[in-house]
Amino acid sequence: MAKSDPNAPKRLSMIASKGTLDWAYPPLILASAAAAMDWDVDIFFTFYGLPLLLKELDPVVTPIGNPAMPMKMPFGPEGFKKVDWSIPTILQAVPGFGSITTSLMKQTFKNKGVATISELREACIELDVNLVACQMTMDVFGFKREDFIDECNYGGAAAFLETASDADITLFI
Amino acid sequence: MSEMSISADQVLDCSGLSCPMPVIKTSKAIKQLEIGQVLKVISTDSGSPPDMAAWSRQTGHELLDSHQEEKQYIFYFRRSK
Repeated sequence: MAKSDPNAPKRLSMIASKGTLDWAYPPLILASAAAAMDWDVDIFFTFYGLPLLLKELDPVVTPIGNPAMPMKMPFGPEGFKKVDWSIPTILQAVPGFGSITTSLMKQTFKNKGVATISELREACIELDVNLVACQMTMDVFGFKREDFIDECNYGGAAAFLETASDADITLFI
Repeated sequence: MSEMSISADQVLDCSGLSCPMPVIKTSKAIKQLEIGQVLKVISTDSGSPPDMAAWSRQTGHELLDSHQEEKQYIFYFRRSK
C-alpha cells in the first residue's frame, strides 16, 4: 500500500501486548531507536502491555512460562556467574521467587549498561513516540486515564489500523 | 579520511551504555550542533558499528570516520540538516 504522504519519514507501528520486565524491552528499544533515526513511531498498548503506561512503572519477570530463560547470577566470581542454575518449576512457583528473578534480571541489565524500562519510556516520550492505550482493554482491566502518564493517547482497533496502514514496519510484540 | 584530520566540535562519551542508548544520545547530541559541525562519539558497545552506520544512513548525518581504539569504537558525524 502506498503511503498517504510520499515525503513522510519512515513509520514504525507496533502493538505491545506484554508487560513483563523482559517483554517490555523490545517495543521500547525499537521505538526509541527508530525515533532517534527521525522515524515516526507508534506503540499501541493492549492487554498486558497496558501497565507499561502506568505512572508508577514496575514491571516484573518470572521464569515460569519462560523455560529458556537463563538463570545466572549477576554477582560473584566469573565462574560462578557463568553457572546456569536449573531451578525446578515447582520452586519457581514459590511466593517471592518472581521478585528474586526480577531483581536478578534488573541487576544483570544494570551491570551490562542496559537502560531501565523507565529510562527507555522517558526517551520515547522525549523523542515524540506516539504512545496509545487501548481503550477497550483499559475498561476490561479497570485502568483509568488518570492511572496513565499524561503523554498517553487513547484509541481502539480502527484507529491503530489506520495509523499502521501508513507504516513501513508493523510489529506485534 | 584519517581520524587525525577530523576535529570535533563536540564529544559524546557513551562508554558503558548498551543498545539503544548510544544511538539515542547521538541523536540528541547532534541536534545541539550547528549544521556542518562535527560530533565525535565514543562507544564501548560492540553493536555500535552497524548501529551507528544505520543511524547515519537513516538520518542523513554524514559518518565521516569510524574506527576502533582498543575497546572503544569512535565515530565522527557531520550534522547535515
